[in-house]
Amino acid sequence: MISPKYKKTLAITLMMLPGALWLLVLRYIPMAGIVIAFQDYRPHPPNPTLINNILNSQFVGLENFRFIFATDRAWNMIRNTLAYNGVFIVLTTVLSIALAIGLNEIGKKFFAKFYQTLMFFPFFISWVVASYFVFAFLDPTFGVLSGVRNWYLDPTGWPIILTIAHLWKTLGFNCIIYFAAITGIDQGMYEAAAIDGASKWRQVWSITIPSIKPMIIMLFIMAVGRIFNADFGLFWNIPMNMGPLQGVTEVFDTYVFRVMQSPIAGSMGMATAAGLFQNVIGFICIMSANTLVRKFDRDNAMF
Amino acid sequence: MKRNKKLRINRVSPFSEVLIHLIVGGFAIACIVPFLFIVIISFSSAESLRTVGYSFLPTEWTLTSFRAAFDLGDTLWRSFFNSMVVTVVGTFFSLLMTILYAYGLFRKDYPLRHFFAFFVFFTMVFGGGLVPTVVVIRNLLGLGDTLGALIVPALMIPFHVIIMRTFFKTSIPDSLIESASLDGSGEFRTLFTIVIPLAKPGIATVGLLTAINYWNDWYLALLFVRDRNLFPLQFLLMEMQQNIEFLRRNLTMIGVAGGVSLADLPGEGLRMALAVIIVLPIAFAYPFFQRYIISGLTVGAIKE
Repeated sequence: MISPKYKKTLAITLMMLPGALWLLVLRYIPMAGIVIAFQDYRPHPPNPTLINNILNSQFVGLENFRFIFATDRAWNMIRNTLAYNGVFIVLTTVLSIALAIGLNEIGKKFFAKFYQTLMFFPFFISWVVASYFVFAFLDPTFGVLSGVRNWYLDPTGWPIILTIAHLWKTLGFNCIIYFAAITGIDQGMYEAAAIDGASKWRQVWSITIPSIKPMIIMLFIMAVGRIFNADFGLFWNIPMNMGPLQGVTEVFDTYVFRVMQSPIAGSMGMATAAGLFQNVIGFICIMSANTLVRKFDRDNAMF
Repeated sequence: MKRNKKLRINRVSPFSEVLIHLIVGGFAIACIVPFLFIVIISFSSAESLRTVGYSFLPTEWTLTSFRAAFDLGDTLWRSFFNSMVVTVVGTFFSLLMTILYAYGLFRKDYPLRHFFAFFVFFTMVFGGGLVPTVVVIRNLLGLGDTLGALIVPALMIPFHVIIMRTFFKTSIPDSLIESASLDGSGEFRTLFTIVIPLAKPGIATVGLLTAINYWNDWYLALLFVRDRNLFPLQFLLMEMQQNIEFLRRNLTMIGVAGGVSLADLPGEGLRMALAVIIVLPIAFAYPFFQRYIISGLTVGAIKE
């Protein structure tokens, strides 16, 4: 006879099983697949299953990594990834907080709600559709800005276009998250401050910002931890995969994808190596960001 | 009354408020303008495009682009069907798995919860990367070029597990679980008759996020699907944009089948019309469910 407690544990474990199995197959087994990064991975013609391919591919040590980092293209995409993400993090944080504070000062609740609804729209739009929005402005034949230059052949201006596209897509969402946090602040504090003669600016700096600091820090850590991960959709769809733009639009994720798709023998190993490098550095980044926060502000660390 | 007066005292000056309206409202409008623009373009005639290009004020309005889009016939309907199947089936199974998994993490008396929490959250900070994941899905699971490849890889999203668990924690008192257990209710019965009815708002939130995720997906199609019959709508749109040849080929076919001459067909207008058709369901629905999503996201963002 099994005890009721054991039976309960068994039942819950049974519930965990589908999710756990999914994680095992789609997240943990690929981690073992990292071994491809150290191989000259090739399909094994007689029976090209994953196991056979790995067992029959030659180990080449760090050759794949050496090959990647010997190219200017790799350094260029790393630079692009860091520069874009750096600019994105700073602008998104500052602007979305500013918008949220502004939204909170709007007296007529109808307008505040209406603006919120409009701002949330880009969150629901895929990058594929967004690329059509951009195309409507930049199309060489009919586009609004077609007279300026042939945008899809000339890399000039693309860093700004991509930054605007990113802000368009993410600002509203972030603003709403911050706005929700701001509306949760105790109104009594503001009233007390106003009675003491504190100006609006003073209230923002002394009440609003400190109150939402935990959220700012948390979103900041998550963003910094992902500084090596670029938004594939943005960098792939908005420039429409145009070759002449690659110098300024190539980032880590598009690079890994392109290398993987390339027909050159051994490209799978190289793409895996690049991905592994990205994940290890990303892991180090998120852990360091978290440690740093914990050092200064124990309560706001993520783990 | 007194409180109201105080609040009015603590308002920004009328001038500042106008400025805030200009900035916040201006940004809000900028969020929606590109969509309105492509709606206008999709209703512009080919003649109008030739003379004034894409414009907010076309010289002539027409339904030709939409007619052309619906004349795509099977290509359009098959993609629509694929997107629907992927969204409905994917959302159902994803929701089920997420609820089951989050329930175990939520139960304080479940001894393995720390292990399973680590098991899912670790995948948020480290992974095998693109190539090993693609290889596992394609070679090990054999999902290349099937609708399964558009569903299975997106079934579990750790962030959704967090949102769901937080919803369980905030909406279901421990005492309720305990008393159900004392009454001899099994775990499955407790989950389906007590927990799920109480956590409906959370389930709605995660369900909507998941459905949008599936409806908007093109990435999995880019990775795994080569067969045109399996293209979801988003990927069809993407392919059209990047593959004009495909468009020309289909336009020729429509020209023959629909009795419309090629010159009448606005190729760009057609693509814009397709983009509008894809966005419409979301554009109409989201103002109604955004409330759920906002509450879900803010709950999910609360640190434990």
